[in-house]
Amino acid sequence: MNNPNNRLFFLTGLLAALVISVFLSPFASTNPDGLDRVSEDLKFNHKEADNPPAKQLPFSHIFDGYALKGVPENLATPVAGLLGTLATFGVAWGIGKLTIPKSNDSP
Amino acid sequence: MLGDAVIMPITSLYLGMHIPDGFLSFPVSLGTWVMSIALIAMALGRVRRDYSERAVPLMGVCAAFIFAAQMINFPIPGGTSGHLLGGTLAGVLLGPWAGSLVMAVVFIVQAVLFQDGGLTVLGANIFNMGLIGTFGGYYLYKAIRMVVGFNSWRGMAISVAIAAWTSVVVASLFCALELVFSGTVPLQIAISAMLFWHIIIGIGEALITVFAISYIWRTRIDLIYDPPRRFPSTLKRS
Repeated sequence: MNNPNNRLFFLTGLLAALVISVFLSPFASTNPDGLDRVSEDLKFNHKEADNPPAKQLPFSHIFDGYALKGVPENLATPVAGLLGTLATFGVAWGIGKLTIPKSNDSP
Repeated sequence: MLGDAVIMPITSLYLGMHIPDGFLSFPVSLGTWVMSIALIAMALGRVRRDYSERAVPLMGVCAAFIFAAQMINFPIPGGTSGHLLGGTLAGVLLGPWAGSLVMAVVFIVQAVLFQDGGLTVLGANIFNMGLIGTFGGYYLYKAIRMVVGFNSWRGMAISVAIAAWTSVVVASLFCALELVFSGTVPLQIAISAMLFWHIIIGIGEALITVFAISYIWRTRIDLIYDPPRRFPSTLKRS
């Protein structure tokens, strides 16, 4: 990681993910996707819980699905994408860091 | 809230193959939780034992990329859409063990922060969309790559494409069976309906996965879990 080439590579990767989640997310298809479509066609979409447990979490005051609450509609999804991508990056990095012992790389 | 009525229709678009709370029965939810937790526990053990610390930043970037890519639904013919699942991508890049941890993180963040996929059925979602790709997709890719050409890009591309497509189709089959065992839908129509769309969505999965792997292959081939034989592995413990 101290190698500048490494740093550049990983920064490029993270930047690509941020560009996708911020600038491409508004262009995502609004068609129902696979399971949605099947649940509509086979008429079991009503079984979806109206008030699922995730809506009781404090985060549901901040996000309504992939939309930040309280900001203009055209910003809500890009900002949610930005924050979600950074959160995912941080959690996965942290789990890797906590799991892999430093001694694994000492000869 | 005033904005909720406007935002509501947008949020429901992002369900994906993400099962919401209410679709699965308690025994099916519990069974898939147990399978996912067992595989993740095993993955934690293997990552602790076998991986180099150099894998850590790649775990972060891979998770971020798959989270971002899952937001982008692509339209398919027939008024439906699909998005990348990413299990095979994570498995090919990071190996099945770190790949599984990365996929679990993606689905946990989606369910906890963004209410995408139910919390009670998170075990099923991690299993279907993550672990089927990181384990099933990975071992299928590896077997095909051994046959077609382990060290050539041609062997890599063909094996990755087939494994990625298959992982989506198998994931949709598992999802259908979970719905059937939960008494949500009858067997015959659940399987044919899920397969019909995901046979097409899987093509998107194959294209995106091959594209992402081709970038790493050209720029940092050593960061692939199983690099061609002439390259040293950076991710595995030396």
